[in-house]
Amino acid sequence: MAELNIAERQAGDVTVLDMSGKITIGEGSVALRTAVRRLLEEGKKRILLNLAGVGYIDSSGIGELVSSYTAINKDGGQLKLLNLTQKLQDLLTITKLLTVFDVYENEPEALNSFK
Amino acid sequence: MTAETTELSLPSRIETVAKAANAVADFVNRSGISEEAAYGIDMAVREAVTNAVVHGNQQDEDKAVELTLKSLPEAVEITVHDHGSGFNPEEVPDPTKEENILKSSGRGIFFMRTFMDEVSWSIRPDGGTTVRMLKRR
Repeated sequence: MAELNIAERQAGDVTVLDMSGKITIGEGSVALRTAVRRLLEEGKKRILLNLAGVGYIDSSGIGELVSSYTAINKDGGQLKLLNLTQKLQDLLTITKLLTVFDVYENEPEALNSFK
Repeated sequence: MTAETTELSLPSRIETVAKAANAVADFVNRSGISEEAAYGIDMAVREAVTNAVVHGNQQDEDKAVELTLKSLPEAVEITVHDHGSGFNPEEVPDPTKEENILKSSGRGIFFMRTFMDEVSWSIRPDGGTTVRMLKRR
């Protein structure tokens, strides 16, 4: 089983990536990077990462979230986060990234925020 | 409680990080450490081994990363040794400063310091860097 599973679905003009597993150095971080780059190449610039199933992330994974965020912003898009686990929320708090990312606990609210 | 020591010598590749984490998971299970402390140890070990593989040994597979896990009565002590040229931890930028928040790297040492009770680095006379981390019970 892959370290990180990513399932893509479309909700209007927002692409939702339902993620489960670990975003850690190596496979997990690369999978996230590859998925976001592919979406940008396809012109999909409104991206919601559903992280409900991501139970573990390391500094490399946090770095990949930041890289994704800056790459999408640079391309004129938006990246938002949905359903953070408590551990991920804690990590984003101590790294002061919680103030950078747009974070939601419910999907309809997250989708509406793109409008 | 009986003191237990586990020593591992691992190749300098990215997959080593997960192997080290698995060994640590087995070790902390046997050590009777709380779940919260075990999470912190796991985070810190992954970051320390990542630094040893990537920055210390620069993924040169001829250089090993040596991991030592010691279960002491009052704490768990972990050392990670690499064969790189060393660095000054005081010169590593603070990733929570405004100018560094959006950097894609540089949070590993911050996590190690956050999740462990003590973290210190030393340069060995025969070369390489050892990071020693302590998590009190």
